[in-house]
Amino acid sequence: MYFTSRDVDSRVTSVLGIEGTAWNLSAAIVDENDVLAEATATYMPASGGIHPREAAQHHANHITGVIKKVLSRGIGIDAVAFSRGPGLGPCLRTVATAARAISLSSGVPLIGVNHCIAHIEVGRWKTQAVDPVTLYVSGANSQVLAFRAGRYRVFGETLDIGIGNALDKFARSVHLPHPGGPGIEELALKASRYIPLPYVVKGMDFSFSGLTTAAESSLCKASLEDVCFSLQETAFAMLVEVTERAVAHTGKGEVLLAGGVGANMRLREMLSIMCEDRGVRFYVPEKKFMGDNGAMIAHLGLLMLERGNTIAVEDSAVLPDFRPDDAEVTWR
Amino acid sequence: MIAGGAEAIIELREGKIIKKRVQKRYRLAEIDERLRAERTRAEARLTSEARRLGVPTPIIYDVGEHEIIMQHIEGLQLKNVLTPALSERAGELVGRLHSGGMVHGDLTTSNFILSGDKLYMIDFGLAYFDSSVEAQGVDVHVLFQTYESTHEGFEELIRRFSAGYRRRFKNAGAVLQRVKEIEARGRYA
Ligand SMILES: Nc1ncnc2c1ncn2[C@@H]1O[C@H](COP(=O)(O)OP(=O)(O)O)[C@@H](O)[C@H]1O
Ligand SMILES: [Mg+2]
Repeated sequence: MYFTSRDVDSRVTSVLGIEGTAWNLSAAIVDENDVLAEATATYMPASGGIHPREAAQHHANHITGVIKKVLSRGIGIDAVAFSRGPGLGPCLRTVATAARAISLSSGVPLIGVNHCIAHIEVGRWKTQAVDPVTLYVSGANSQVLAFRAGRYRVFGETLDIGIGNALDKFARSVHLPHPGGPGIEELALKASRYIPLPYVVKGMDFSFSGLTTAAESSLCKASLEDVCFSLQETAFAMLVEVTERAVAHTGKGEVLLAGGVGANMRLREMLSIMCEDRGVRFYVPEKKFMGDNGAMIAHLGLLMLERGNTIAVEDSAVLPDFRPDDAEVTWR
Repeated sequence: MIAGGAEAIIELREGKIIKKRVQKRYRLAEIDERLRAERTRAEARLTSEARRLGVPTPIIYDVGEHEIIMQHIEGLQLKNVLTPALSERAGELVGRLHSGGMVHGDLTTSNFILSGDKLYMIDFGLAYFDSSVEAQGVDVHVLFQTYESTHEGFEELIRRFSAGYRRRFKNAGAVLQRVKEIEARGRYA
């Protein structure tokens, strides 16, 4: 592996970001304007869900290649940022180790990034959103966040599993390929009726574990297409309802969608109708910035670098439970 | 219209509050219809039940399919006047509710009204009877989350709430312990 450290007097700052909290390992270099290079290696579980150790092994096997690829263009870097959490401990440690090595060998500062906030910041970068309520929906995470008093606050979140894991769990039980979301979305389009399923919203929190179980047991009285449709309609209605509650509660005028499940067209449609009816603006970034990606880590790394928000290698332990509201926001 | 929350329009007509759950185009008509009807029915019934448990609530005058006519409580949302002392009073009300086996389902500082020096609880559309530690824990967790996201000095607010809650509810200790576990669960599994 080789590096080009940037000359001190060069004009544009660029940052290498490495993401690997779960199944996607991704590295990218960004500057103020654009993504300059990126490379990805995706772990596909042989069976069942993510096995943390297998995923970490996958990341360990591919991290050198992925980083080599983004650095091969000879773009100089001013810092290296990594996803510090939340995420699976073994995966986080693999990525952090690589980031520390680069920081030490090339003498550039190290930046520890909160993964959830990176999703929000890349959305603010790549859309016109300024101060949105964010619905962040991925495998393990499902949260409604907004900025208040110097931090990203969690207004609502899942009480058990994330929406992505709920969809994957159901998909596995009916032998659809992993990840389950796209298959469910496609089957839902062919449905003919709605099967009532449990709708669980408590304040701005929500729960999906009972929903997937109920969906599985409805299969004895309804077609797979109808159950996929009903599962999506119920789960997404819950997510949109809590987003609307957060908008009403905070009085903000924008909604941003983030996270891999944001690729679902029905979820986007429901959010956009809600926003239209409430008279707030709705933003969806390009699909490649919605799922876990290295560019979002690099981008937030860049914002933090500009505020001197770097960490020493010895203080850079990973934070598997890193809450967005535990991170001080110095850049806004 | 005096307020437009997330799911209802609140009007003041001839001194009475009319709360109308409006249609949501974003969700399937069947889900929308079911939620609006269920929540309207639950709210009317449980607002009165809560009063029987010693929690001040508005008097219900009439109920339609998606509409409730109730007493106007003149005052301020707790959200705008919250102090540690009032948090303690909120804790007492929630303690009474939980002692009676009811959970509110949407405990936020917008759902308490301070009228003179009397504190009222409103918005029982997500309430139900359940005396399990888990249901009560989630109920309190939801309020603490509002404290953390929206109010300054939330540690003190939580301490005082807990004091009031313990005073009126003998199983408060177990529930507050569960709240801590629920918080940890929301984190990465
Ligand atoms: N009976 C009432 N008396 C006075 N104000 C009320 C009453 N009911 C509702 N409000 C006002 O309207 C707001 C929204 O009503 P609420 O029942 O909480 O509906 P939502 O479900 O939309 O939150 C309350 O926060 C409160 O300010
Ligand atoms: Mg309310």
